Amino acid sequence: MIELFFQYLVAGLTYGTIYAIVGIGFNIIYNTTGIINFAQGEFVMLGGMTAVSLHAFLPLPAAIAAAVAMTMVIGGLIEIIFIRWLEKPSVLRMVIITIGISILTREAALHLWGEGVRALPYFTGNEITSLSLGGVRVSPQVLWALGISAVAVVLLNLFFKYTMLGREMRACAANRDAASLCGIPTRNMVTLSFVLSAGIGALAGCVVSPITQTQYSIGSGLAIKGFTVAILGGLGNSMAAVAAGFILGILESFSIWVMPTAYKDAIAISILLAMLFVRPSGLFGNREAFRLKEF
Amino acid sequence: MEATLVNILVRIVSIVLAVSCALPAFAGESIKLGAILAETGPASFLGAPEAKTLRMLVEDINAKGGINGKKIELIIKDTGADPQKAVSFAKQLIDEEKVFAIIGPSTSGETMQIKNIAEEGKTILLSCAAAEVIVNPIARYVFKVAPSDRFAVEMIFHQMKKMGVTRIGLLSSNTGFGKAGKEQVERLASEHGIQILVSEVYDKSATDLTAEVTKLKAAHVQAVLNWSIEPAQAIVIKNVRQIGLAVPVFQSHGFANIQYAKAAGAAAEGVLFPASRLIVADVLESKHPQKSVVMGYKKAYEGKFKEDVSTFGGHGYDALMILVRALKEKGADREKVRSAIESMKGFIGTAGTFTFSSTDHNGLDINAFAMLTVKNGKFAFAD
Repeated sequence: MIELFFQYLVAGLTYGTIYAIVGIGFNIIYNTTGIINFAQGEFVMLGGMTAVSLHAFLPLPAAIAAAVAMTMVIGGLIEIIFIRWLEKPSVLRMVIITIGISILTREAALHLWGEGVRALPYFTGNEITSLSLGGVRVSPQVLWALGISAVAVVLLNLFFKYTMLGREMRACAANRDAASLCGIPTRNMVTLSFVLSAGIGALAGCVVSPITQTQYSIGSGLAIKGFTVAILGGLGNSMAAVAAGFILGILESFSIWVMPTAYKDAIAISILLAMLFVRPSGLFGNREAFRLKEF
Repeated sequence: MEATLVNILVRIVSIVLAVSCALPAFAGESIKLGAILAETGPASFLGAPEAKTLRMLVEDINAKGGINGKKIELIIKDTGADPQKAVSFAKQLIDEEKVFAIIGPSTSGETMQIKNIAEEGKTILLSCAAAEVIVNPIARYVFKVAPSDRFAVEMIFHQMKKMGVTRIGLLSSNTGFGKAGKEQVERLASEHGIQILVSEVYDKSATDLTAEVTKLKAAHVQAVLNWSIEPAQAIVIKNVRQIGLAVPVFQSHGFANIQYAKAAGAAAEGVLFPASRLIVADVLESKHPQKSVVMGYKKAYEGKFKEDVSTFGGHGYDALMILVRALKEKGADREKVRSAIESMKGFIGTAGTFTFSSTDHNGLDINAFAMLTVKNGKFAFAD
């Protein structure tokens, strides 16, 4: 029984890691621009697919690094082409633009890679390797994903808190006009936020690809869960997104223990709706700060 | 300078006019065939090879002078596996394009949506989907070339009996294919002495199923049976092995695409599933009646598209070639062709030997399937 409990917990952690690392990407762009980038899932897909293609002639770490770099360039280009030239766009307009970008990217990926499903090899071991921790089995890839998300979150937080560039990006999020008056090149900060979040998305796509597998259409499904945990944690807070990711993952996993799987997604969506009604600032968000945000 | 420009324009216009006048005359000499396939979207594993196969075969038939001198004009509509699109395409093909016959749809859900439309429009429909309900009850104009789920389920149960497995855990996806399979498994289990301890339905876009397989482990199942056509079927077997559930894993015939075995890597070894002989054409004994058909199609497809052949592309082959044989015998008369298909006997296709009748619009039996497994990353006959 206790062994079973921990096995479900491991399943929950697996789901949670996937959701969390995707959720972080939403927060970076939200932090500098105040918009939700609905093409975030496509960055995840692009990262995974590119890495799989590059892995044919590059060693795994190099393929992942190159895929992340290429997706970052694409993220930057997307911002420059579709968003940079807009004068004070409304939130609704931005949302529709990012949805458009998402569809465009997905279709381009379909033409480029076809409809086949791919995956990077497991970083250590293979598809059947698992570590036994007192009778509880866990795939080493889950630990890789956990570790890499943890490092990514810590680095991001350090970047936003202690570097000049990170502070400028945050200033841009707090008040774009004021930041601009202080001499911060706000447009470049927005481009940079797209580059960063594309990078995080691509990294997520690479580390989860052995678990989830990658296909041109995988982005939207992952984005919904990532978006849910970003909201659940409180938009703009990467640490909170990670915590919320684990909460959602573990809830889903334990729900399967006691009731049919069919209800799993219903639970996720109910939580999202309840959150939006009751506490739109998120579990860990500041209500006061949230009220001051412009929409 | 300007004069020459006008001159060129006049020429272009007259060429366009001449061509467009010539077209209807050409169309009169051809046989219009429609195809409604899920070329993209979640069921693109089915639709894409089907569409490629049809294009390849039609090109080949036309290059050899067509059917009794008439060329085939093929119109493929991509539904993206959306039943609503299948409905509007079916109406368009029947009412506007007035096609001779329709091949597809790729999925059972879409086929059921247009079964009545084809019947009322008196247009022959050759579905590439598997569900039994497509041909039971019989609709005069509706046929299907994919073997029924029932045959696959029976094949699996025979294998389980052979291995002494009686208590199983069933997983299925929330698609038409998954639901139809689940129903058949649950309906046929008791008469084969199989007990289903746990039955879980997961989302078609599931990215990890560790919790679901943990539930099966807790119930101490003797085997896992998974029924889906999505990439999730590769994830299932990885998760089963990762949590240390060391029991045989059975999959549906949806697993008969080497992509899934590749995606699951080491976890795919030893997985048991029923499938058409097409995908093991190489190792099929040379005196088997299907040998030359499956090898011929496999070589043509793999040579042209540089990808492995799949059962589903084979359904496209069977549907078109059954139609072509009837057309060759009876000419482009819809009513005669329909009865020719209904009375066709011993047509050797990729899925098996088809023998249709007025009460059987599928024409296949349990022998359409062979029990396969994965050995060293390749499909092989199971012991």
